[in-house]
Amino acid sequence: MSIIVNNLTKVYGKQFAVNHVSFEIGTGEIVGFLGPNGAGKSTTMKMITGYIPPTEGGGTVCGIDFVEESIEVRKIIGYLPEHNPLYLDMYVKEYLAFMAGLAGIKGSQISKSVDLALDLTNLHPEKQKKIGQLSKGYRQRVGLAQALIHNPKVLILDEPTSGLDPNQVIEMRNVITQLGKDKTVLLSTHIMQEVEAMCSKVMIINQGNIIANDTIEILQNSGNDTLTVIVEFGAPCSKSDLTKIEGVQSVENISGNRWRINGKSSHIRQHLSQFAMNKNIEILELTSDKNSLEDIFRNLTNHVGHI
Amino acid sequence: MWVIFKKEIRSFLGSFIAYIVIGVFLLLTGLFLWMIKGNNIFDLGVASLQVMFEIAPFILIFLVSAITMRSISEEKRLGTLEILTTKPIHDVQIIVGKFLASVTLILIAIIPTLFYYYAIYHLASPVGNIDTGATMGSYIGLILLAACYASIGMFSSSLTDNQIVALITSMLLNFFFFGVLGMLGDISWLSNIGKSLEWFGLEFHYDSISRGVIDTRDVIYFFGFIFVFLGLTKIVFESRKW
Repeated sequence: MSIIVNNLTKVYGKQFAVNHVSFEIGTGEIVGFLGPNGAGKSTTMKMITGYIPPTEGGGTVCGIDFVEESIEVRKIIGYLPEHNPLYLDMYVKEYLAFMAGLAGIKGSQISKSVDLALDLTNLHPEKQKKIGQLSKGYRQRVGLAQALIHNPKVLILDEPTSGLDPNQVIEMRNVITQLGKDKTVLLSTHIMQEVEAMCSKVMIINQGNIIANDTIEILQNSGNDTLTVIVEFGAPCSKSDLTKIEGVQSVENISGNRWRINGKSSHIRQHLSQFAMNKNIEILELTSDKNSLEDIFRNLTNHVGHI
Repeated sequence: MWVIFKKEIRSFLGSFIAYIVIGVFLLLTGLFLWMIKGNNIFDLGVASLQVMFEIAPFILIFLVSAITMRSISEEKRLGTLEILTTKPIHDVQIIVGKFLASVTLILIAIIPTLFYYYAIYHLASPVGNIDTGATMGSYIGLILLAACYASIGMFSSSLTDNQIVALITSMLLNFFFFGVLGMLGDISWLSNIGKSLEWFGLEFHYDSISRGVIDTRDVIYFFGFIFVFLGLTKIVFESRKW
């Protein structure tokens, strides 16, 4: 296990920013940390990286206690804080060399690690520029380059793609996916597609509590025993006929002969083809409409209030 | 620590502040020493740098505060403090690195005034008729004093994320510890209490060293002063953890 967190708690005044959170992240996993704003994502990350100490609990990164031996842990973590703070009046190369020095890299190794970080983030063309002159996308890459300057085993990225345009988001995702091949990555976001695009596992946090922690497939298939299918028939048929099919709970017309049908997951597809054969109409398309992460997220984060 | 030190020196030299501070310091001390009527060295007719050492503490109150005002407040404003404090270095290393960089910059401003010493040494009649001991003592006193100012400046800078607030706080505190406490001893109705309070001020020890006698008690006082204010800086610096 790369990151183990036990009962991690942060209390501000009387409010639990993070409430007895425990989780484990395996080596080489890319884990998405999802949650609404103020749910405790950043606070959790700040505690792991040693910026603030936990009120209670703790954990380890690669076997090293991140509360007791924070300095040692910081050597193996690369951290990109939220809002990506940078010295705007420094040159890209100068900044990265400074960061390399802070990470404990010495002498001739500094320029090697700067070059490597520039390679990984495709920043070579911009290395002679001042950070203040760069576009937001490039600044974000500088932030990422800073995080990986010392070739850390673990990357903790707080909203690495926020505020980027769609092209930049895709580039950023590619870089992170690439890095995830030999590093453990914990990244936070509140964009669902991002998690679907990059992560192998997802953790959902709300009001300081972890409410889901699983692979995306399991989350998408869990929750209920109903299934939504999208079906397109070769000929028109009436809504009332469809509603009469066994197991069907709701029917919604999408366009023309396309329907979204929700029903008992066990038999709905067989009953639909049976129905089509009886009526002698062709089925042009039959696909299952998986629960999107967005739905799961909304369900989970709204439910917590009622528990 | 040296990584921080080097970065600070670089950013000083990359910004105008360093050149303004050095320029203004040399210009003002030069003006008071050589040019301004009534007080300048020719009017006084004494071969000594006394005039400069009397005026320099007040000029430095402003200039040292200007040097240190950014050191921590700017990191807070930009959010880069979070980057620094999540790197494998201790908070003390960040503070001491920045402190030493500020003191180094002040040294760079003070060193050229040795030329004034050289000039007066040769202008004196007979040549060399200048109290070298007192002058060197004054230099050491001035550097220690500036270092104390810098520690107050660091502390002020750690209190806020606004440079101007840091500048004003630092100037007020510096003036209090040098000027206000220094004056207390001269107020007759405070008598002994004033004298005791004066001992806590920077001026008392600065004057003492300036006489050319380097008393360990004064040196300990200066280092203690720096230690206390850098310690307070560290406490404020770590207040994020409360």
